Amino acid sequence: MATATLTPAESERGNAATRAVVGLARGARREFGYAWATPAGRIGLPLVLVHVVLAIAGTVLAPFPATEFHLLDRFSGPTMTYWLGTDEFGRDIFSRVLSGATSIILVSAAGTALGILLGTIVGLSSGYAGGKVDEVVMRVMDGLMSFPALLLALLVLTTLGSSHINIVFTIGIVFTPRVARVLRSATLSIKTMEFVQSARLRGEPAYYIIFREILPNTTPVLTVEASVRLSYAVLLASSLGFLGLGVQPPSSDWGLMISEGRAHIANAPLIVLAPSVAVASLVIGVNLLAEGLREARELPKGERTP
Amino acid sequence: MARFLLLRLGLIVVTLLVISFAVFGVTEVLPGDVATQILGQGATPENVAVVRERLGLDDPWPMRYASWVGGVVRGDLGESLVQRLPITEMVGGRLVNSLILASFTFFVAMPVAVAVGIWAGVHRNSFGDRLASMFSLVAISLPEFVTGVVLIIVFSTTLGWLPSSSLVEPGTNPLTRPQILVLPALTLTGVMFAYVMRMTRANVIEVLETNYVRSAILKGLPMRQVIWRHVVPNAMLPTISVITLNIGWLLGGLIIVENVFSYPGIGRMLLTSIQTRDMPLLQALALLIAATYAVSNLFADLAYTWLNPRIRFA
Repeated sequence: MATATLTPAESERGNAATRAVVGLARGARREFGYAWATPAGRIGLPLVLVHVVLAIAGTVLAPFPATEFHLLDRFSGPTMTYWLGTDEFGRDIFSRVLSGATSIILVSAAGTALGILLGTIVGLSSGYAGGKVDEVVMRVMDGLMSFPALLLALLVLTTLGSSHINIVFTIGIVFTPRVARVLRSATLSIKTMEFVQSARLRGEPAYYIIFREILPNTTPVLTVEASVRLSYAVLLASSLGFLGLGVQPPSSDWGLMISEGRAHIANAPLIVLAPSVAVASLVIGVNLLAEGLREARELPKGERTP
Repeated sequence: MARFLLLRLGLIVVTLLVISFAVFGVTEVLPGDVATQILGQGATPENVAVVRERLGLDDPWPMRYASWVGGVVRGDLGESLVQRLPITEMVGGRLVNSLILASFTFFVAMPVAVAVGIWAGVHRNSFGDRLASMFSLVAISLPEFVTGVVLIIVFSTTLGWLPSSSLVEPGTNPLTRPQILVLPALTLTGVMFAYVMRMTRANVIEVLETNYVRSAILKGLPMRQVIWRHVVPNAMLPTISVITLNIGWLLGGLIIVENVFSYPGIGRMLLTSIQTRDMPLLQALALLIAATYAVSNLFADLAYTWLNPRIRFA
């Protein structure tokens, strides 16, 4: 094809990827705006934002480095110096919770993004292709889903060894089939609509129809799915931390803090309670946000696939 | 119906094969030589070669896979690298313990969750409904280890009512000291309860808005009859498929809860096998858990089919 002069249709096609991304970002902002109008979203959105801000500003706000020992102040209760007290090594619990926020939010968000990206591509393409291809792809996805999520994550992490990147990769793998299933069923109902038919009759290539015609119309489903997935990502990542397969010590991880703090539950419950409240409030916030997004669009509650 | 049964049974065999292949593949790519691991770092190359030979490690992987699967089919799960005991013997008692905990949870949580879900759906937007919704949102949001640890702080270290760890004396059964089951089961119940309750509620609301329920109400049936004869049976079908999905979550929860309470089940054993890098044991346990999930999915599917007249009579 001569590329010297592009017809408007062709140049638009060329920018399909950029436009798809811009369109999605706009769509997501619109959905969050709608969610803000619901009671659940009104509580969830600020709760999540507080966590994100703390995660970003955590290292600056923290009064002490997360791994600094204060051996003279072990098991200190809450004081003006140590707001939430200290643990068995005299490390400041408040600082450790803050630094834990950074790692868990980064890991969960990146893992969710990966799962959503792969799941969307697989789900949309498979749903659009239909027929034998769809059949085979979905069987493979079912196969992946025949492992309980945590078991699959444990197996993958045992094999690859634990690191931030590997946890992100693991969450992505665990989420891909689940996201694909949801996006596929959205695609099946969209692809019979007239604007898709007319794009096909215009002779648009499949990738254009999938990403420029179908994808933008999945944003309500996609944002709900992303927020639900994010809540599971936090649960999964913190559970992996609790089981000792998360971020390696001495850097702080909420799950690991709770696991290690169990030995001192009787005399210093804050070691355990502070990260517990942190992880609970984050997941509750994300779940409320998901609820708000769903309510705003009056999407059915639907089954949640853990 | 018979055709469906056969198809479904065939599918489960394929699923189990895929699972076994995946488990084998994942644990095979692991770095580290099993023979060196058995003998320790100071082993001479000659000794390592002998052990490799005896374990059949030099065979090509399809042969090793075949002999592993062959063993599993005959009920021989291999030998643990750390304990040097047949895995089938080690796993038996643990599996029973896990099943006791899981069924304790399942059969207590499910009926209550369904009942609350029906009630909340019928009394939509009442104070009780809102309370139940709020509670279930919190329950879904709390990781099991947080719930577990908080329950320990409240009922064990503060009130002193229940033991904080659920160790079982060797040779005995958890049922001889049922109080050790209470906190683990309560922890597991939280999430399961929430999912099933929310789904039941949503389904009840959906069915209440259908035309056949409206006509049942309009022809003057008492509300009690409308709910039990028209709403509940129709709302239960989708609930069953959610219960199925949650069995996977229950199994994952089991891994965590057993480790929170040091409960001697397969979840605790799985983590130990990861920590000690006991690959044959890890393979066996992963296969066992995934297979349990697949089989319980099968049962749920059958229940769904049997309860759904549209499929039963097709």
